[in-house]
Amino acid sequence: MERQPGVSGTLNLLIGLAMGLNLLALGSSRLPSLIRTVSVQGMVLGVMPLLLEHGRFDWAVALVALATMAGKGVLIPALLRRAMRAANIEREIEPSIGFIPSLLLGAGGTISAVALAGALPLLPEHAGSLLVPGAIASVLTGFILLIGRTKAISQVCGYLILENGIYIFGMLLIRSTPLLVESGILLDLTVGVFVIGIIVDRIQRAFDSLDTRHLTTLRE
Amino acid sequence: MKALLLVIVPLAGAALAALWPGNCTRPLLLPAFALVHLALTFWLFLNPPAVAPSAWLGFDPLARAVLPAVSLLFFVCAVYAVSYLRIRAERPNRVFVTMLLAILGLLSAGHQARHLSLLWIATEGVTLATVPLVHFNGTPRAFEATWKYLLVGGTGIALSLLGSFCLGYASLQGGGKGDLTFVALAAQGASLSRPWVLAAWVLLLAGYGTKMGLAPMHTWKPDVYGEAPGIVGAILAGGVTTVAFAALLRVRSVLGAAGQGAIADRTMLIIGLFSMLVAALFLLRTRNFKRMLAYSSVEHMGILSLGAALGGAGVAAALFHVWSNALSKGSLFLSAGNIRRAAGSASMDDVRGASVLTPRSAALFVTGMLAVTALPPFAPFFSELRVLRAALATGHNVATAMFLACLLFSFFGLTRVVFGIVDGRPRAAARANGRHFVESAGVIWPPLVLLGLSLWLGLFTPAILLDAWSAAVAQLFPGQ
Repeated sequence: MERQPGVSGTLNLLIGLAMGLNLLALGSSRLPSLIRTVSVQGMVLGVMPLLLEHGRFDWAVALVALATMAGKGVLIPALLRRAMRAANIEREIEPSIGFIPSLLLGAGGTISAVALAGALPLLPEHAGSLLVPGAIASVLTGFILLIGRTKAISQVCGYLILENGIYIFGMLLIRSTPLLVESGILLDLTVGVFVIGIIVDRIQRAFDSLDTRHLTTLRE
Repeated sequence: MKALLLVIVPLAGAALAALWPGNCTRPLLLPAFALVHLALTFWLFLNPPAVAPSAWLGFDPLARAVLPAVSLLFFVCAVYAVSYLRIRAERPNRVFVTMLLAILGLLSAGHQARHLSLLWIATEGVTLATVPLVHFNGTPRAFEATWKYLLVGGTGIALSLLGSFCLGYASLQGGGKGDLTFVALAAQGASLSRPWVLAAWVLLLAGYGTKMGLAPMHTWKPDVYGEAPGIVGAILAGGVTTVAFAALLRVRSVLGAAGQGAIADRTMLIIGLFSMLVAALFLLRTRNFKRMLAYSSVEHMGILSLGAALGGAGVAAALFHVWSNALSKGSLFLSAGNIRRAAGSASMDDVRGASVLTPRSAALFVTGMLAVTALPPFAPFFSELRVLRAALATGHNVATAMFLACLLFSFFGLTRVVFGIVDGRPRAAARANGRHFVESAGVIWPPLVLLGLSLWLGLFTPAILLDAWSAAVAQLFPGQ
């Protein structure tokens, strides 16, 4: 499998873009811009499988690309906006880890991801691609958002970015074991359940601010 | 084919429950389909089919060693659910019944999965299907528990997918052709790329360990078991955690084939003992008897992980413990659910005198607690004894000492809470609330039957079960 340098270069460019969007997400102070960042990242991710094609057109891969763009790029962001309206919450994000520390953590995470990826051997056809560092960096960014944000919706965005990291990693396997990678779409379903949960609960009863800091009744 | 039926029958039941019009008659679907599942499982148990090595789904020795326990527990819980949902007639049960049956189907798929993707899909499905069950009570506290379950469980499931990817990539590097059945992965043996296999193990242990509820990934458990109905707790503690444990055993066999078994064992030993320690410490502190059950479950998951780390005899002991834990813990969850319903609270501060309020459930609760804390002749005593023997035989003296100490502290913690709520005189408010709760046969027999089964398993462990456990060990450690 000889890879044309141009295709690999474009793929790396997209992964670089996704990594940049990670940092943008960490620095976002308002929910709508965070949701927009995640949505753009989803679109970028959707293009990736198409770039892995080598002149051959594979329906399964094209379907993954389409499903990703529709799910991560359009459907979930729309649901998130709906939840945001339904919950009628303030648009400001209140971080428990501040924006600057999050950014520093994210940058540190990205650097260590590149270093860590060096320790993991790659197949010849993946050599020189940024898929592994991109994946690790996104997973770490997702974790920072999950831990460092207090609003339920921003935590969902963190989960989405974590999931995007796994998706990037899946690009390594999409040709050999498409089923394993495609089953990752179920993770989007998890996100769907998250968001629908918020909306349904909102409709069922008044839940003051969707601030997960208030979810502290259950403890020792 | 019959293996597939174990998945299809409950899923068909779920579909039927989703369409069933009557709120009163719908719960009857639960025992009906659970009984069919139980009969099928035991038929397969007695006539184990030959499983093709390349099969993705099959009633193989590991499934045979574990799935009957899950099916048995589910059936008894399904009978209990009919009475429970009659008491809770004010709440619509369409989603509850549908999801319970779907969980049974997905659990059967997960236990029989011989393929990395299928295993993950089944576990993910179970995670999602559990969400509405946790939220059944619809209170703010239930929402909080559901949210934490989704957040922690979702992250765990995401990590296990990443781990599966790493294992898939390790196979590709070893010249694999993309066949991700566990048999094919193990056949690759030492040619699997070492760094990727180890990365996969860390992620899969964290991911499936979250589903099992091993410390420090156990944080969802107390909240969920505290807020979900008792029957959901019983199925989570006895069925859902088991599927994650079986998943870890299957992955462990691939690591063993790749020559990394020693590392896998060491990590499982440490995480198992850590879980037992964390559980023991929290058991000494908690004041809520449903959360107490969660910490007790963390403790027993620790025992499973410890047993699995001790080689062949340890794994057989752990499989025994899967049975004794499912039966004894199930009884404890159901009787605790009765007391919770009668007393209107699950806190030691509000509940006392359960022996006056609900004498039968209280007696079951105390006996169940003694069974779970390994009082002979209940099954947990014998399975834990086997774990202990395996630990001593393999020269893990420090681990044995820690194991015994944690068991002792857990015993203190459990007795403190259990006798705290059983003894004394009931509060006036609880007394008034308790009048609405009748200890009917439907809510007393199921926990009693489970307790009886635990006693039977301890006294007369059938030879066929011992054979099933050894066959599973032979499947997981082909060399020995």
